[in-house]
Amino acid sequence: MAVMKKKGGKEIGAISTSSLPDIIFMILFFFMIATTMREQDLLVRFQLPDATEVQKLEKKQLVSYIQIGEPSTAALRAQFGTAPRIQLNDSYKTTQDILEFIASERDKLSEADRAAMTVSIKADRTTLMGVITDVKQELRRANALKISYAANKGL
Amino acid sequence: MASKRKVQEVNAGSMADIAFLLLIFFLVATTMNVDTGLQRVLPPIAENPDTEVDIKQRNIMLVFVNRFNQINAGGEVIDITQLKDKAKDFILNVYDDENLPEKEMQEIEGYGQYPVSQGVISLQNDRGTSYDTYIQVQNELTRAVNEIRDEVSMAKWGKKFLDLPEDQRQIITKAVPSKISEAEPRNIEGGR
Repeated sequence: MAVMKKKGGKEIGAISTSSLPDIIFMILFFFMIATTMREQDLLVRFQLPDATEVQKLEKKQLVSYIQIGEPSTAALRAQFGTAPRIQLNDSYKTTQDILEFIASERDKLSEADRAAMTVSIKADRTTLMGVITDVKQELRRANALKISYAANKGL
Repeated sequence: MASKRKVQEVNAGSMADIAFLLLIFFLVATTMNVDTGLQRVLPPIAENPDTEVDIKQRNIMLVFVNRFNQINAGGEVIDITQLKDKAKDFILNVYDDENLPEKEMQEIEGYGQYPVSQGVISLQNDRGTSYDTYIQVQNELTRAVNEIRDEVSMAKWGKKFLDLPEDQRQIITKAVPSKISEAEPRNIEGGR
């Protein structure tokens, strides 16, 4: 039984914080493992379609992204309109730039990985197929044949 | 009391702050989401567009999605919910119907004889088709293939396709190839 010997004479001991760094490190490691580096700022906004048969994209370094959607902020929409735009890296591009984009992405990879390069098409669900078809044709021309239609697991 | 002068310990009081800094850095600089998607392989661009590959009429099922997002599969207008079963019937051809694809007995290593379906699903879309519908159709066709793979692997190993080890999965993939062709684009009804 704990009995206070003196009342008022002793202060209640401060809560030990010596294990606080350990706890924080634990959370830190969790985030380091569970997340991936943010690649780029999004200039387009898209809501991916839902699908049930999706597969995970493995090996992120082999994946290049093509984003298609309407400009993301009001300021950008005022400048560029609301028609769907294609974003490659950090700027708006047209379909003609895809060839060059694929070539530069391919150059970043090692010789052995080039065959496994995947292009992920992230397009808004309201996009019309005309844009997507143009992109697909450019990808075929660039010989980047492995593609993935980004979709959320759902339905 | 061993000695009055102890070895001074390093002050670890700021350790928590350092860890917090690192934590906040990772929170800001990283994203959580895992990318998922429907994976496809595009056909290489035809060097000579005039020479068309000859496929027997019975071996091909045309799935066309028009700009009103209506689906026409194998000559009849159907609903998206019917598409999976139609694709499955087409690939499997259980009753050896003369209008459905041929099956070729193939010796697959690790499986034995399996009648591999020669059917090809050709998916065509209009430029005005919505991407959402297109993905739904792609999804249904993938689901048809996946269900057949599940059935075959259930019959052989009593496990679902996704639970199989990699080498058995490849055997099933050989037996039930995913032959979904995204045809050359065409512009039938205008649109953008």
